[in-house]
Amino acid sequence: MNIAFNDETFRDDFTFRNSPQAIRRFPFPFHEDSYMYAVNMEPHVPLARDSAYGTLIDVDEHYVAEMRDRALVLKEDPLRYQALPHMMTAQWDTLELLMEQQAAGYPELFTLTRDGDRWHWINRPLNIDQRFTFGDAATLPCEPLEYITRQAQGDFCIVDQRDGNLWMDAGMVTTQADWSLDFDIGMNFMEWHGPVPLAHQIGVFDRALKFLLNLQQGRPVRRLNWTMTINARLDTSPENYHKWGPDRATVTPENVGNKVHLRCELQSLWRLPRSNGILFVIRCFLIKMEELVTVPKWARRFHRVLRDLPPELADYKGLTRYRPTTVAWLAKYDDGAPTSPGFFPD
Amino acid sequence: MSINTEMSVRVAAITQVADQVRRLRFERVDGQPLPVFSGGAHVVVSMRDGAILRRNPYSLMSSPADSSGYEISVLAVEKSRGGSTFLHHKLKVGDTLAISQPINLFPIDQRGRKHILMAGGIGITPFMAMMDQLAREDRSFELHYAVRTRSHGAYWRELQARYGARRVHVYCDAEQLFIPTGEILGHQPLGTHLYVCGPAGMIKGVLGSAAQLGWPRQNLHSEEFLAPPPGKVFKAVLTRSGKTITVHSHQSILEAVEAAGVEAPYLCRGGACGQCETAVVGCDGALEHHDIYLEPEDKASGKKIMICVSRISGSEIRLDL
Amino acid sequence: MLVQGIKSRPVYTGLAIDRHAQQHLFALEGEGALAFADALAQADRKFLATAEILYVPAGSRAARHDLGLSAAGPLDLWTAPTVPVLLNRLRVTLQTAAMGTRLYIAGTEGFIGEAMQVALDAGIDFNSILTEHRGSSARRVQCVHCKGITEEVITSPFTCSHCGLPLLVRDHYSRRLGAFQGVNVDAEEPGSAPRPEVMFP
Repeated sequence: MNIAFNDETFRDDFTFRNSPQAIRRFPFPFHEDSYMYAVNMEPHVPLARDSAYGTLIDVDEHYVAEMRDRALVLKEDPLRYQALPHMMTAQWDTLELLMEQQAAGYPELFTLTRDGDRWHWINRPLNIDQRFTFGDAATLPCEPLEYITRQAQGDFCIVDQRDGNLWMDAGMVTTQADWSLDFDIGMNFMEWHGPVPLAHQIGVFDRALKFLLNLQQGRPVRRLNWTMTINARLDTSPENYHKWGPDRATVTPENVGNKVHLRCELQSLWRLPRSNGILFVIRCFLIKMEELVTVPKWARRFHRVLRDLPPELADYKGLTRYRPTTVAWLAKYDDGAPTSPGFFPD
Repeated sequence: MSINTEMSVRVAAITQVADQVRRLRFERVDGQPLPVFSGGAHVVVSMRDGAILRRNPYSLMSSPADSSGYEISVLAVEKSRGGSTFLHHKLKVGDTLAISQPINLFPIDQRGRKHILMAGGIGITPFMAMMDQLAREDRSFELHYAVRTRSHGAYWRELQARYGARRVHVYCDAEQLFIPTGEILGHQPLGTHLYVCGPAGMIKGVLGSAAQLGWPRQNLHSEEFLAPPPGKVFKAVLTRSGKTITVHSHQSILEAVEAAGVEAPYLCRGGACGQCETAVVGCDGALEHHDIYLEPEDKASGKKIMICVSRISGSEIRLDL
Repeated sequence: MLVQGIKSRPVYTGLAIDRHAQQHLFALEGEGALAFADALAQADRKFLATAEILYVPAGSRAARHDLGLSAAGPLDLWTAPTVPVLLNRLRVTLQTAAMGTRLYIAGTEGFIGEAMQVALDAGIDFNSILTEHRGSSARRVQCVHCKGITEEVITSPFTCSHCGLPLLVRDHYSRRLGAFQGVNVDAEEPGSAPRPEVMFP
């Protein structure tokens, strides 16, 4: 598969866009016309090759631009990458997993050659050719987790499993939906999900934790999460909230189509072999409202979901200020016809 | 979720390593590498013994970094439920078996400043893999290993040779030498973690002395595979699949369910992991809980049962399966 | 406005003496001395023979709680002039401490957070530490934007003492930083910050 990488930005002039193929492969997160939290985990197995589920670690037309944006974020704020000292084994697990998956899914872009502990990694889109010794951090230009996550789309958190809980002890987080790794590092599963409303009361996190503690090697799982973002900004961190928060007040009926984005997180969770930790991959996909409505089923459904969302959820996701304008705009694309079950376009 | 991730393996070697202990080496039938794993992990071995499918968990003892083969050690048990006898007397080099992916319910605490491992008898096996990992990562550890007699104790010579007598201490019942738990635990630096694997009595004893010496729960780790205890025959009605099955005296509910062709989730098959927790719809007797997973209030509620080890005192249980 | 009921908020369950501990190490600040007195009243006094108390009077110097501590007769009582001096002594004491040492921390939330960090760095699991909140409920707050920590915050919103942004104090607490999180309150409409209300007197 040959990918034509977009030359685009996720800040300043926001030239991000999706090609028609990228729109079709967007992982639309609603399988029905309403939304509530659920432990919506399913086996992370490949589906249709032309979907975001075609490979287990997806690489798409935004790869090069996203890696450039990540480098900019890290230059301004190196604290977006952190790993506690006991996570080194898990860092190597993650490097292996991402290199293996990328090389297997996209052999024309990535090549991994292993001779015992002597590894050779080629990343063609980013012009990287690196020989190193697996397990010896001194043979890489930076720590293994930072090294590989500067070359992989999505945010990455590694959790340590102990005392019947999961602990967020390492991560690369630059495309987050308003949470801070620097603040949350070292927290357990309940603590870092603390600010999420409603879900605790209905036991979602208790069930999810129980499930994840028994997550098995060789059997990754995935789930979808979503929010919305004004302008195609990947870095909606709390650190920069005072910079991007004002964007939320700029939505007008005229600019909804271009300015308002549905932001979908395709999260995959992997048991790591050497460390017994779990890797959380939080891959962010953005789609503009004007792109979304080119798929009639999604236009109808998203209109209904957004219109009927409980106010606490809208508040938590930060949608309150521009929800009415967006719902009114989407209403034009909803003729009330029934929608077919499932995520995919008709 | 029913993606089958079992691996088909061939018995590559069988070695008698001590009185009543056999080491088995497995290699993949398709020649592919086995997954690397973390010290303390086990696999569930599925054995086709005539018409019976047996599934038992065994700790992996080979180097976690070695993907060419897995090794386990099996103790010949007098009152074997079948698995141990099968592996000791029927299994031959070249036979094939299925094993699960590695599962770790007894992991190293990666934060530990120092790791103290206490093994009794065959409980040495998870520590073999753990020590390999700890040594490779240059971490501080010591092993205290209790054996009945020198000839019963597997591996103590090679462990002392490999890690030195300063790190590997052997205590032999027959020589009236016992692990001086109090002495060992009395003077360890902060951030030390203790791991125990062996007979139930030993685990209870060691954890008890650690608690007496003020060690916090967070620094104590143990693993014990509970064999499902035998009991009276009873019936199980599986309400979702509409089947009624008989659970024989030397069979667990889980085994009876599997024999009836009903799929039920499991991981440890030893009452520890919680994966096979099943809702009880009704029961005409008391539940006999043998697991170490459910909280006391869950056990008292009569609404949940771990079907890998627990039984009932009555004649019929109705399960949400 | 304040987001309530957040799960990362620490639960301070009180100083119950662990009768099995071989050493009892207390880090007490201000009115935290009274938590020690209450724990003493509930416990077998035998633990005093192996009890070491590090105390900093901080804001309650005038109340002379150190006299009460001394009267209890612990093995050792040391009074520090300031919190940083106490924390440094705690750090050094823990370096040579053995398993079986139980750590007890009592005082303001900010002090508990800071002492907890020292303990975590020494390899102690936080769940094994006994804590009790006494004295002011003022918060230590980290500005998520400039990362500066403001001590003794009693209102929400408040003005970050480093970058000057008006911050909402969220009930989201980091043990590692020993601080609550402060987030800009009027980002979406600068100048619209509500008046500060006393929330943590």
